[in-house]
Amino acid sequence: MAGPVPATEQMPSRLNMMAPMIPFALLWLFKPLLPSWAIVPPKSCLGGCGTIEGLIPFVDWVNAGIQFLRSYEIFGLFTFRDITRSIARGIDVPLDFTEALLYKGFGAVGPMPWVMIVGLMIVFGLYLRGWRLALLGGGTFFYLSLFSLRGIWELSMKTLSAIAVSVPLAAIIGLLIGIAAAKRQRIAMVVAPMLNILQSLPHFSYLIIVAIFFGVGAKAGVIATVIFAFPPMTRLTMLGLREISSEVREAGIMAGCTRWQMLYKVEIPSARSALMLGVNQVIMQCLAMVVIASFIGQPGLGHDLLTRLQNLRLGQAFEIGVAVVLIAVTLDRFSQALVEKEPERIKDGPLWVRHPYLCAIALIIVGSIGLASLTEAAVQLPKEYTVSISSYLDAMIKFITTSLFTPLGILRDFLLVYVFMPTKATFQSMPWVAVMALIGCVGWKLGRWKLALTVMAFVFFIAASGYWVRAVITLYMVFVALCICAAIGIPLGIWAAKKDRRTKFVLGLCDTFQTFPSFIYLLPAVMLFQISDVSAIFAIVVYATIPITRYTIFGLRNVPSQIVEAALTSGCTERQMLWKVRMPMAFPEMLLGLNQTLMFALFMVMIAGFIGTVDLSQEIFRALSFNDGGKGLVIGLCVSLIGLTADRLLVEWSNQQKKRLGFAN
Amino acid sequence: MTDEKKISCRNVWKLYGDDPAGFLASHNNKPTTQAIRDGNYIPAVRDATIDVHTGEILVIMGLSGSGKSTLVRCMSKLIDPTGGEIDFDGTDLLRASKEELIEIRRHKMGMVFQNFALLPHRNVIQNIAFPLEVQGINKEEREAKAREIIELVGLEGRDKYFPRELSGGQQQRVGLARSLAAEPDVWFLDEPFSALDPLIRKEMQNEFLRLQNMLHKTIVFITHDFDEAIRLADRIAIMFEGEIVQVGTAEELITNPATDYVAEFTRDIPRAKLLSVASLMQPTKKKKAGKLSVKASDRIASVASAVLMQPDDVTVLDDAGKICGELSRDQVAAILFDTETTSAGA
Repeated sequence: MAGPVPATEQMPSRLNMMAPMIPFALLWLFKPLLPSWAIVPPKSCLGGCGTIEGLIPFVDWVNAGIQFLRSYEIFGLFTFRDITRSIARGIDVPLDFTEALLYKGFGAVGPMPWVMIVGLMIVFGLYLRGWRLALLGGGTFFYLSLFSLRGIWELSMKTLSAIAVSVPLAAIIGLLIGIAAAKRQRIAMVVAPMLNILQSLPHFSYLIIVAIFFGVGAKAGVIATVIFAFPPMTRLTMLGLREISSEVREAGIMAGCTRWQMLYKVEIPSARSALMLGVNQVIMQCLAMVVIASFIGQPGLGHDLLTRLQNLRLGQAFEIGVAVVLIAVTLDRFSQALVEKEPERIKDGPLWVRHPYLCAIALIIVGSIGLASLTEAAVQLPKEYTVSISSYLDAMIKFITTSLFTPLGILRDFLLVYVFMPTKATFQSMPWVAVMALIGCVGWKLGRWKLALTVMAFVFFIAASGYWVRAVITLYMVFVALCICAAIGIPLGIWAAKKDRRTKFVLGLCDTFQTFPSFIYLLPAVMLFQISDVSAIFAIVVYATIPITRYTIFGLRNVPSQIVEAALTSGCTERQMLWKVRMPMAFPEMLLGLNQTLMFALFMVMIAGFIGTVDLSQEIFRALSFNDGGKGLVIGLCVSLIGLTADRLLVEWSNQQKKRLGFAN
Repeated sequence: MTDEKKISCRNVWKLYGDDPAGFLASHNNKPTTQAIRDGNYIPAVRDATIDVHTGEILVIMGLSGSGKSTLVRCMSKLIDPTGGEIDFDGTDLLRASKEELIEIRRHKMGMVFQNFALLPHRNVIQNIAFPLEVQGINKEEREAKAREIIELVGLEGRDKYFPRELSGGQQQRVGLARSLAAEPDVWFLDEPFSALDPLIRKEMQNEFLRLQNMLHKTIVFITHDFDEAIRLADRIAIMFEGEIVQVGTAEELITNPATDYVAEFTRDIPRAKLLSVASLMQPTKKKKAGKLSVKASDRIASVASAVLMQPDDVTVLDDAGKICGELSRDQVAAILFDTETTSAGA
């Protein structure tokens, strides 16, 4: 927002803050006087009564569009679907290669032996950071090999082969779009909102469309993964290219670079850290899709985790879960090390002094091939050496759940009856026009007409789509989760920000938890609370507390040291320092943290739908099983718009607060 | 230094705002300050006319926001001027095609930047060889050339270091080397030593003068530090709010400031080191030299102690040894102690 903040907002009085609530409260209070269409959005008869669920038949429109793309023949020769299907066949080529390399083998030549993979990971780890990373990499793959009684090794390789194809593809697509957007303002104007929608759309919502156009199986999984994983790469490419100092660019021009030389000799290498961070993000997004892509037939760890979770074989699911987490943590740490890796001076001397790691790699490849030709045990660990502890885990889980059954059951029922149900009822009793009024008023207060109309349009889409009632349930779950997250995350952040060691510990914990693919969080939730709103909210809270904690710490610790010193010399006690200095300064960051927490919560709500909640996510799963592409997409958009509405308002609020405090933006 | 013009700027303008070129044309290329303000334009460079002579060191100086960086970027066409003409070694820069500009930059211009602008992923030798690499010169040849320059700027043994492993002074040596790699005629330096510590700055200034004594480039040097300007410049151009207010030697600026702003700027400068005896002497009727006589071209500082030991005024001789004036002790003392009479006297 350009221009000065209006004078009235310099001093927010309590009344001023409450003003946007007034129309909302009045409409809610006088609900009995409202006509029925103002309470629950009405259905209409556009496009034939009975077929559609809302005011405007978005679902039918999308389905008609899909049908058109399926059957319309371009130049009478081929349909759009023919194009997409041939793209899918194109993806089979690299996929065949990685599958052969990792677990199928090339006919006479077998796949990579496990000793080779472990050895290579150790060398990469040493090269990138040191022996601890090497231990993590080698250890992970040794674990996969050791715990392979139930075929975890092969499942992991299936997953990794899909990742090995998805990551470069998503990174390259993301990079190219990012470059185009960074170079051309007009492209950026199209790309930016598309990224917003893509990143807030629940993954399930476009799975059906991917399946329709690209089929099912590993290749469709790769495509769904790429669609999901490329946006962060694009964002970071745009950011990285934009942040190159103008002097470096000028140095390139003055050296006489052509535009092409400028791009690949100056700009891309200068933006290297941002681009590598993009690759790291792409890898993490690809891993997050491992389970979700199994809905359209992607084989691998995700598929087995899913079926075992559905059959409540929690011990086995846990074992696979650990494998997924280990792979995720390993790939994350390795790619992070790649971000921080600086080019190193090459020492003078013979080949093994100049390029020690290349030599080690060659040695390991040759050595492990030799070993593999001698003994089968080097190719794959023989069954008698592998282990599975799932039966012990099952026993343990059984013990825990039976011994905790009564207290947890009481806690669950208490929460359901006295907290969740009343909140849900309250949310459901709000007339939709009242919600529209509230969102509109807040939008107007923060950003006048432009913001007000944008967010009201978002809310109207949800109301008109016919999924208002479900959306309110989603909203209630997110709201409850958000309150719990804030109640845990903010005090935790305050506690952690006090001492360096605590900060390091808690941030490390946040990093690790964030690396876990989201499905993992359902495991303990189901173990402890069976299937109910409580388990869904438990999973959301565990996952979504991360950002609010992180931002609280960041905000509190980033108060300029001069201000802290000034407060100290004024005689602030520790308590006064916190409440009068640090907290007000950290407030804008905490708002951003809340925004992120909301995004995480929305994302997790969708996944929690898998264990049976009755909100929008369940509708998506229903659409998935009925192969209803339009419905999936429209509901996905509803979820996305809930997120975008909150995002617009909270980010704007945070920016205004930052401006008020005089932080440069 | 000759009077041959290497770069010649005529009425160069750089305005920021809506359609600045149209605005400039509609005001006959001479908009008034009021018109610029009314139109909500930001004038970075106003009506700048200046020549850079072959082989000279022209220092453009002014405070931040005075337009000095913009002007030098207009000269190298890093920024498109809104109006005016720039002749660079016989080429009309404003009408040059992209290809021509690339050729000019590859062979005739070198530039050094305030924050070094080294490419972080390349080591010293690769950074220095970069302009040659861009020209398509093969690796062996360009690295041989880069090695020569590494020696020239005193970075022997560091050729495989990466920028992050070097100190600020060393990084700027790489910056200097890179800008010299293609053997350009014209050397632009944009506050090259401002980011360095005072001691290193002095060292780098000496290094710069040493290089220039060997290479005889045509130099446009930007700085906000008047001491630096005095040390290095053949001529100094002072800019204020986008305008070039005065161009001349340091002595001319001090003895004859064109505006109050220039006078204010030059006020705290130790004059004795800069002013020549000629600028202070008075006409004399004496035919015979006194006990002590000084040369007209001597700096005041170098003769001051001798003059002050004398009981009387001293005679001044020109290069041919003829008497051309006399120097009063009072005036020398006034210059040395920087009292108010100096500005009246000068």
